[in-house]
Amino acid sequence: MSQAHVSLRGVTKVFPSSSGGQGLHALGPIDLDLQQGEFFAVVGPSGCGKSTLLELIAGLTSATEGTVEFEGRRIEGDIPDGIGVVFQEDACFPWLSVEDNIAFGLRKIAVAHEEKRRRIGGVLDLMGLGDFARSYPAQLSGGMRQRVCIARTLVIEPRLILLDEPFGALDQQTRLLMGDEVLKLWRQTGATVFLITHALDEAAMLADRIAVMSARPGQLIDVVETHWPAERDSHIVERLEFGAVTARLWKSLREESLKTMAKTSRGPADRT
Amino acid sequence: MSSAAMKSARNALVLIAGLLAAWQALYWFVGDAALRPPLVTVQYTARLMTTDAFWMHLSETLQAFAVALSIAVAAGLVIGFGLGFHKLSAQVFEPMLVAVYSIPKITLYPILLLAFGLGMPAKIAFGAIHGIIPVALFTLNAVRNIKPILVKTGRVHGLGPFEMIRSILFPAALPEIFTGFRVGFALTLIGTLLGEMFAAQRGLGYLLMTAIGLHNVELIMAVTLLLVVFAATVSAGLLAIDRWLHRHI
Amino acid sequence: MSRIAVYRVLVIAAAVLLLELLCYVGVIDRITMQPPHRILRDLALILISGKQNAAILKTLSNASIAFGLALFVGVATAVVLHGYRALRETLDPLFATYYAIPVFAFYPLLIVLLGLGDAPQIGIGFMLGVVAVIVNTLNGLDRVPRVLRKTARIQRLGTIETALTVTLPYAAPYVLTGAKFAVAYSLIGIIGAEFIMSRGGMGYEISFAYNNFDNATMYPLIVLILVVSISINTGLSRWEKLLLARRGQ
Repeated sequence: MSQAHVSLRGVTKVFPSSSGGQGLHALGPIDLDLQQGEFFAVVGPSGCGKSTLLELIAGLTSATEGTVEFEGRRIEGDIPDGIGVVFQEDACFPWLSVEDNIAFGLRKIAVAHEEKRRRIGGVLDLMGLGDFARSYPAQLSGGMRQRVCIARTLVIEPRLILLDEPFGALDQQTRLLMGDEVLKLWRQTGATVFLITHALDEAAMLADRIAVMSARPGQLIDVVETHWPAERDSHIVERLEFGAVTARLWKSLREESLKTMAKTSRGPADRT
Repeated sequence: MSSAAMKSARNALVLIAGLLAAWQALYWFVGDAALRPPLVTVQYTARLMTTDAFWMHLSETLQAFAVALSIAVAAGLVIGFGLGFHKLSAQVFEPMLVAVYSIPKITLYPILLLAFGLGMPAKIAFGAIHGIIPVALFTLNAVRNIKPILVKTGRVHGLGPFEMIRSILFPAALPEIFTGFRVGFALTLIGTLLGEMFAAQRGLGYLLMTAIGLHNVELIMAVTLLLVVFAATVSAGLLAIDRWLHRHI
Repeated sequence: MSRIAVYRVLVIAAAVLLLELLCYVGVIDRITMQPPHRILRDLALILISGKQNAAILKTLSNASIAFGLALFVGVATAVVLHGYRALRETLDPLFATYYAIPVFAFYPLLIVLLGLGDAPQIGIGFMLGVVAVIVNTLNGLDRVPRVLRKTARIQRLGTIETALTVTLPYAAPYVLTGAKFAVAYSLIGIIGAEFIMSRGGMGYEISFAYNNFDNATMYPLIVLILVVSISINTGLSRWEKLLLARRGQ
């Protein structure tokens, strides 16, 4: 096997406490390798540190211990080149048109003006936003706004795409359709995709490999391989194996989710 | 004392210390031509407070301010509640209130002088016109933003219009109305003082204006210090009540 | 024109007619106030003759400079303060009480610091306006969603670039609210300073006309200031509405 595209070794994250006591051990230790071009998903109970894991890979936060490497270079709290992130929350800039929102992604990319126009036109078509180029985000539905954010990420032609519960705010039907689109984009771009989600069916339908994360401090307690063909779409949910994958994920996750529920029901002081 | 209260007390102390230090530093830079150092000013202020004339001016200002504030609050509440309950009137009058709120009212002082003559009524009017509109606008918004479910609950319990205002609408709108009162308080005070500066022959504003005219630096600084201390103390108190109301209601 | 706009025009027309009538029957005498049509005629005469042009130009250009400074310094200060929580919390009480303090008391100090020209007047206008810009800009910056800041970091924007392209555009409607206050406050500062001590400008001309019972000059100048401030305010409000509408608010 070739060198991993993303590699985490002994990564932990402890958030310092404000009162000066022992900090909050949020994550780890975690060892993880993402292969070039694979679709990797992480599922886990709420508050287990999934998003922290994504922010560590994105360079938005730095590890307390251990190393994170992307394409052989260490990431230490600075944002590496070639990574795109789509968040759960609406990250469209409400004062910019769809087109300008997408162009914003190219601010720091040194390419010629014509090339920029070509790329923007390309992702507008790819995401089915061509007719809305001059619209403002407020005129679009939640699903369309999320497409704008995905387009803004794709326009930089990232080699690693990080998705932080990107469909969490959408309804179930829209989620399935957006899932199809993400699969199509993944095949077309050849990028490595790292998806954080709490929806087991979403992970089972999209990913090549799915890691299950424990309750806090988040650790990877199981990795499930789906063996889906690359050419796949939401019809995968009709297969018998889909049920098996989801069942195995739920088996690993059930106990962890119960732990989280027990913790949070103790009182709000326990939450972060 | 809660940790939040301790923190705000500490912040206030740091701020006061910082301002005193800046004052002293500015004095070293400017010299006696336009400033006195903090200590000298405090000593002068203490002496000023032993004179009868000072207490005459102060009581004049307080009277004018009290009347102006009463007018501003009463009229503001009436306008605010009236427009809050009548949607069409609110649509017609609210932009006009906002426009009047934004005009530099200081330019109106000659008109008030012509209408009321030099003295108490002119400065009361000057103070009141500064305070009415913020009280009215905040009250209007407060009434408009009352959750419909509260009104429905009142209906279900069979409350009459008076009971509805007393036990549901007023308490629900109170925090925002109080914010309006706080803003109205500050603006009425500044309005009254400006009225005294331009349209009176008594009061602290007049005293300040005379001091500026005579270039009496000690007097300017003493009066300013007293006004700042008074305004800051009352505003801080009102702000604390305001925050408490917003947290608890 | 919408029904509400028609009502609004009718209300204003009724108010003007009432004034006209009160002047006509003598309830308001000529020494107190000119009837509205006379004020408009006098204003036209003044503008055509150009005899007040120097004063109008001086006041409006000084107010523009004060406004520009207040806006620029206010926004920059807010961006910096937003990054330093402790400093901001220390200054909060100052901002909360600022508008109850008679800033005009500092006019003599500014004259000593800045000389006798236009600078101290601009200084007063700036001091009055800047805090409104700071407070409102901070309010806007507080509302920037975390995900937009994260997006800026993912795009590897620097601190200044993030402020210029992400946080300030998000806060733009709030900055505009601050700007509206700053327009009024810079006019208040300039005109008030001209009332107190100056040898030119509209404030000086108004108080000169008042002392000489020259209502034919005084009222048109006052009306001109009101028209200018209300027009600018309305223009900024329109812009604010456009920005908010674009965001679906």
